Amino acid sequence: MSDFSFMIDGVEIPACEGQTILEAADAAGIYIPRLCDHEGLRHQGSCRVCTVKANGRSVAACTQPAAPDILVENENAHINKLRRDLVEMLFHEGNHLCPICEASGNCELQAMAYRLDMTEPTQFPYLEPCRALDASHPDIALDTNRCISCGRCIRASQDVDGKGVFGYVGRGIHRRVSVNGDTLADTDAEVTDFAISSEVCPVGCIIRKREGFTTPIGEREFDKALIGHDIEEKRDD
Amino acid sequence: MSEPRLIEISPVTRVEGHGKVTIHLDADGAVDEARLHIVEFRGFERFIRGRLLWEVPVIVQRLCGICPVSHHLAAAKAMDMIVGVDELPPTAEKMRRLMHYGQVMQSHVLHFFHLASPDLLFGFQAPAAKRNIFEVLAEHPELGRRAILMRKFGQDVIEATAGKKIHGTGAIPGGINRNLPVETRDALLEQIDDMELWAQNGLALIRDYTMKNLDMVKGFAAFASSYMSLVREGDGALDLYHGNLRAVNSDGSAIFDQLDYERYHEVLVEDVRSWSYMKFPFIDTLGPKDGWYRVGPLARMNTVDFIDTPLADAARTELLETNHGMPQHAVLGNHWARLIEVLHCVEKIRDLLHDPDLQGTDLVATGTRRHDGIGVIEAPRGNLIHHYEVDENDQVTYCNLIVSTTHNNEGLNRAVKAVAVRALSHQPTITEGMLNEVEVAIRAYDPCLSCATHALGQMPLKVEIVDAAGNVIHQRTRDA
Ligand code: SF4
Ligand code: SF4
Ligand code: FES
Repeated sequence: MSDFSFMIDGVEIPACEGQTILEAADAAGIYIPRLCDHEGLRHQGSCRVCTVKANGRSVAACTQPAAPDILVENENAHINKLRRDLVEMLFHEGNHLCPICEASGNCELQAMAYRLDMTEPTQFPYLEPCRALDASHPDIALDTNRCISCGRCIRASQDVDGKGVFGYVGRGIHRRVSVNGDTLADTDAEVTDFAISSEVCPVGCIIRKREGFTTPIGEREFDKALIGHDIEEKRDD
Repeated sequence: MSEPRLIEISPVTRVEGHGKVTIHLDADGAVDEARLHIVEFRGFERFIRGRLLWEVPVIVQRLCGICPVSHHLAAAKAMDMIVGVDELPPTAEKMRRLMHYGQVMQSHVLHFFHLASPDLLFGFQAPAAKRNIFEVLAEHPELGRRAILMRKFGQDVIEATAGKKIHGTGAIPGGINRNLPVETRDALLEQIDDMELWAQNGLALIRDYTMKNLDMVKGFAAFASSYMSLVREGDGALDLYHGNLRAVNSDGSAIFDQLDYERYHEVLVEDVRSWSYMKFPFIDTLGPKDGWYRVGPLARMNTVDFIDTPLADAARTELLETNHGMPQHAVLGNHWARLIEVLHCVEKIRDLLHDPDLQGTDLVATGTRRHDGIGVIEAPRGNLIHHYEVDENDQVTYCNLIVSTTHNNEGLNRAVKAVAVRALSHQPTITEGMLNEVEVAIRAYDPCLSCATHALGQMPLKVEIVDAAGNVIHQRTRDA
């Protein structure tokens, strides 16, 4: 049951009171790119990859409430260029060597780069962070060179696991995700935590030990189709 | 926590353009020594430290774009030990073997047809414009077409086992991440008869060439040496994937035999020389002067007792008959040996494709964690040793790699010296013909130089002659 409708790229989308643009779009089988937002987690609105134009104004679709009769632009060259620039900057901020990364093929950042036709991340300077791997925990490792500061692990640990293993430290461009202790082994993180599950960290930062490369090439999530295909398939039904 | 490291894999860290050779003269102006300056591999040994053990087979294969599977599998074998697995499930071992045979086949085919055959078909002294694969294709279109299809077949085998033709992910600590679907198997089996026939044709080509030019082949940069390779446990057969170490003297007698490769460091010592980052390994009991040895296809023909596939075994016997059943020392014999191994790989691939174990579903074994692991394999270019230590956090703390080109370091230098002695005996200047011969001698070892493996046609080379006082008295550079 919908309360009202609005338009995305000329398609009428039914929506309920309290839904965000992104949630209503998902339900209608229209994919809006996103990285920091994840179903089941509180919205944060920080990565801006979900940027759309609502009545001509740039908004984050994951936090902007749907409203009756608004006109939303989602798929066009201009918006996708904005999104691609954001994704490129994430590559430049971290240290991403996809060929040797165990998240390759399952990574949302990499998949987003493919979807947005990012071919060469060369237009911004590389920050080349050089952060130590934290492998202190018997079942979990963290390679924060690949962290995109999406905060999904923070919300999952706090809101779902009731723990607080992860948190932000620093401000502005220096804001980083860190663990609540000297190392991961000092926290109460467990490999069975939702925050540690494959669904939460969109990249290869949170590593469940001994899992890497066990899925053959060809059977990884994004080997089969572009990111967002699961949502877009709903529409074809 | 480990030290922060920046891992960078960029094209600029690869060897640049030219292979560099310096020829050193003594006070009388005679050739004293020749030095081939080769890219060093120590960088990998450093930056792999701190990485997680299951990443290692995927990371280290980036050492090479021509034979990554060898590094992938040697590292995976070392990691099997670390995770406490001494015996893989049959499906895993056979999938890895299949991958390896596909790899050796495609690498040898690439080397022989694309890089070496122009020299052999058109002669070492032929103009550079002639000595390249495009001319081979123009004059021998059928041979060229087959070479391309054979290489593709080897790459298809790799893709079927590792997920990609190059830099895949098949082997994981304790096993493999996939089996072989019957459709893929059948598609490969359809081509196997052609592969076997073409391998035999290629072999006949190089055999006939060698027999016709036997005196030249036996005299070209040739010298006796010791040899080392893995041989199969028990019967001493050729085994490219697994076995024990055997080293033989130039007369074929054993220096050590059926030695567990975990003890490699008890028999091999790595010597350091001031002018090269690349080490010079030698057999400890023979000392640094006489303990050098060679590895590679010809070395394997000399070390093994037999080959367990009939066509390749008969071909090996024929090769060794050129030296009355004794080790063959002629460096150009490597080309012949390479084709014997191509045939062997095709025979092995055929056997494996008929083995129902490849469709098994038990892919990974587990065991009790150990601290160190050693993996040794016979890569296309020869013996390859990977040695790691891994701490209780699963992070690598130590890595030592001995690649085939390192094993062959002394042999390569001597081969270049042999060419230099003959070419410079009349005049101390470097001629174009000499550059060609230096190139042919280096290429026979198929070293892992990017300049050697990437250059189709002629190898970019820089040769210098240095007098006893250390002055460069002549130099000649040739670009690709
Ligand atoms: S985290 Fe994703 S983008 Fe980064 S290296 Fe791994 S696969 Fe590539
Ligand atoms: S660790 Fe993963 S989930 Fe957490 S902020 Fe970084 S990228 Fe996001
Ligand atoms: S998904 Fe909306 S801001 Fe990140």
